[in-house]
Amino acid sequence: MEKIYLYTRFERFWHWLQGLLIILLIITGFEIHSTYSILGFENAFKIHNYAAWTWLILFIFIIFWMSITGEWRQYIPTMKKIFDVMMYYAFYIFKGYPHPVPKSKRKKHNPLQRITYLAIVSFLIPYQIITGFLYYFYNELPKSMVIKDLSLLGALHTIGAFAFIVFLIIHVYMTTTGHTWTAHIKSMFTGWEEVDNPHEIEEWEVKKQAKAEK
Amino acid sequence: MNIASNEARCTSCHAGYGWKDKNFDFSNEEKVDCLVCHDQSLEYKKFPSGAGYPSKEDKYFEGQLFKKPDFNKSAQSVGLPGRHNCGACHFNGGGGDGVKHGDLDSSLIDPPYELDVHMSKDGGNFSCARCHTTVEHKIAGRCYKTPAFTDRKSVLDDDMVKRISCVSCHTETPHKEVKKLNDHTDKVSCQACHIPAFARKNPTKMYWDWSTGGKLKDGKPYVTMDEEMNRIKYMSKKGDFTWKKNVEPEYFWFNGSMEYTLLTDKIDPSDPPVKLNRVMGDMNDEKSRIYPFKVHKAKQPYDKKNNTMAAVHLFGNDKTSYWKNFHWGNAIQAAMDYMELPYSGEYDFIETEYHFPTTHMVAPAKNALSCKECHSRNGRLKKMAGFYMPGRDSFGFIDKTGFALIILSLCTVFVHGIIRIFSSSKKE
Ligand code: HEC
Ligand code: HEC
Ligand code: HEC
Ligand code: HEC
Repeated sequence: MEKIYLYTRFERFWHWLQGLLIILLIITGFEIHSTYSILGFENAFKIHNYAAWTWLILFIFIIFWMSITGEWRQYIPTMKKIFDVMMYYAFYIFKGYPHPVPKSKRKKHNPLQRITYLAIVSFLIPYQIITGFLYYFYNELPKSMVIKDLSLLGALHTIGAFAFIVFLIIHVYMTTTGHTWTAHIKSMFTGWEEVDNPHEIEEWEVKKQAKAEK
Repeated sequence: MNIASNEARCTSCHAGYGWKDKNFDFSNEEKVDCLVCHDQSLEYKKFPSGAGYPSKEDKYFEGQLFKKPDFNKSAQSVGLPGRHNCGACHFNGGGGDGVKHGDLDSSLIDPPYELDVHMSKDGGNFSCARCHTTVEHKIAGRCYKTPAFTDRKSVLDDDMVKRISCVSCHTETPHKEVKKLNDHTDKVSCQACHIPAFARKNPTKMYWDWSTGGKLKDGKPYVTMDEEMNRIKYMSKKGDFTWKKNVEPEYFWFNGSMEYTLLTDKIDPSDPPVKLNRVMGDMNDEKSRIYPFKVHKAKQPYDKKNNTMAAVHLFGNDKTSYWKNFHWGNAIQAAMDYMELPYSGEYDFIETEYHFPTTHMVAPAKNALSCKECHSRNGRLKKMAGFYMPGRDSFGFIDKTGFALIILSLCTVFVHGIIRIFSSSKKE
């Protein structure tokens, strides 16, 4: 068992702030959507807007941080071993087998995570930002624009919200799959992750990174 | 109900200074009473049934003294009309304070700030004419079929706007704190949010059942009072009244025009209530807004065979007037004959509705409707269909699918976790 420093301070900060914002947005969003009534429409509306703006600013910072630190390479998608990872979570995890792609400093994420996070960063979040903005500035939209009906925007934005909830459920559950139930969550607070058997970075992973570094 | 055949009573307001008979020329400008609008001595009053003339001597009407006016004093006091001048008619339409409009009654002569920010001394202290600007005695305002305000312009853009509306003084974007409210003004009228309820001080009449009229006590007409409201509850001459205070308006799309059911128009008695006026407007029309209304309900006589509303000869010292003889059949016959309209001789009573737009009694900004008054499932706009409103509407299919997916993923991780616990304990 060895400890490696995996998540920097800013990374942990944005992760948790983002998590908080997503939960706030979900709670207030579904109140605006008339699913329930807790805070009152006006409060829900206000908090939703503040949270959305905060997230937009944070999101810009994250993208900026990724690009200057080169951390974006952690998200380069790969199909290699993705099947092994899936099989692991579906079966081998129950048998206590080791993870097929253990974490290391240069690769924080396994292939499945890479694809999921990349999809979220490049599709789901922008999708939700765009539908959210169109919704907010619905009155300012030029008359000629196709979207004249608010219900369409409402529906698209709601679909996005459901996608976030499903991601959130699975994501939170996956944090319990470390070598202990709380290991991953702990490391997201402290930055230090305990890695089972510090093993070599495999050829294919480095190659890809080296290529990208050029 | 009708003016024709009841002129002696109705022309105390409906223009007709010196009305004598059917041949009175209502379009002659010399036959307009100046003092009713311009007297500032507060003493000039017309005798209610004096046919448009003030009385020549002191007289009593329903227990109240109406003094012979002091013309010299009144004439010397003439000035621009104040709220009490306009109110003499507009507050008392229908025969009493607050009978017709829910937003125009005597409480506006000296309203507290909470009741009307514009006309209160503590607010703008506006006279009626401040908003109802006049050009050569043509008073701006909604006038039957004319739409109210077709040009929504600020006086800053064009200081010659013919009709003053809220927008003339405040612009369409008056909100600085909650900017989203400005996004509403293209669909929701200012009045809808800023008049949370009408008749907030004095009660207004909400229901008038003519059909119960004519009951007599010891052969004499009588009156009973609604003590709580301090208003008449039953009157042999007029039937039963229901008064209410602080009434939540009803909301409709409104482009400023109304259509009226005339005495010659066919009605459908199988589908009451008969709408005596219809609010024109449509959600797809750029000029329409969601607007608050007082819906005055009543039970009124109609011609059972011809399917038309019936006129009634109410007032007069003759053999047919209802208020003297309490005989509906004769009173209807007399009025219809007078107006030369066909009458089958058979009448019944039918429920009716009349819509009064609500535009006065603007409350202070802090009392404007809160978001949830509209944006909730059972909000004030519950009945208005055809457009999407957050907080009120949801999407059946998308929501069901979404929640099904949430439950599915919860079950998946739950089962996965259980198996993990189970298999790890087995290993140990
Ligand atoms: C703050 C401005 C304002 C003041 C003050 C004001 N009004 Fe109005 N009034 C309006 C507006 C706006 C309308 C509706 C727009 C239109 O029809 O042009 C209206 C409409 C009316 C109507 C038509 C109602 C109907 O059923 O359509 C009457 C009658 C009326 N006002 C009488 C009065 C009287 C009497 C006073 C004084 C006691 C008064 N108003 C003071 C703004 C005002
Ligand atoms: C002739 C110009 C004029 C018109 C027309 C007018 N307003 Fe005003 N309004 C004013 C002025 C001036 C004040 C400030 C009154 C004061 O408190 O001294 C005011 C105050 C208000 C306030 C109170 C703001 C606060 O701070 O609480 C509201 C709400 C308001 N107006 C809404 C309306 C609506 C709704 C209409 C249309 C029915 C309307 N106004 C028509 C001039 C106007
Ligand atoms: C959807 C509801 C809604 C509509 C429609 C609406 N208002 Fe308001 N208005 C409010 C509320 C709530 C406030 C108090 C919060 C605020 O000041 O932003 C307010 C505040 C105001 C104020 C005081 C603003 C200040 O900064 O002191 C004025 C004046 C006003 N409204 C006028 C209007 C006029 C004129 C219109 C029509 C063009 C209108 N409002 C339409 C809800 C509404
Ligand atoms: C008088 C009822 C009423 C009140 C009060 C009201 N709204 Fe609305 N709101 C509506 C209606 C009607 C629509 C739909 C109009 C449209 O499609 O432009 C709407 C649409 C909206 C929308 C979505 C469309 C858009 O223009 O962005 C938002 C967001 C909104 N309201 C927020 C608020 C907030 C926040 C408040 C309180 C500060 C509020 N509303 C108060 C009636 C109301």
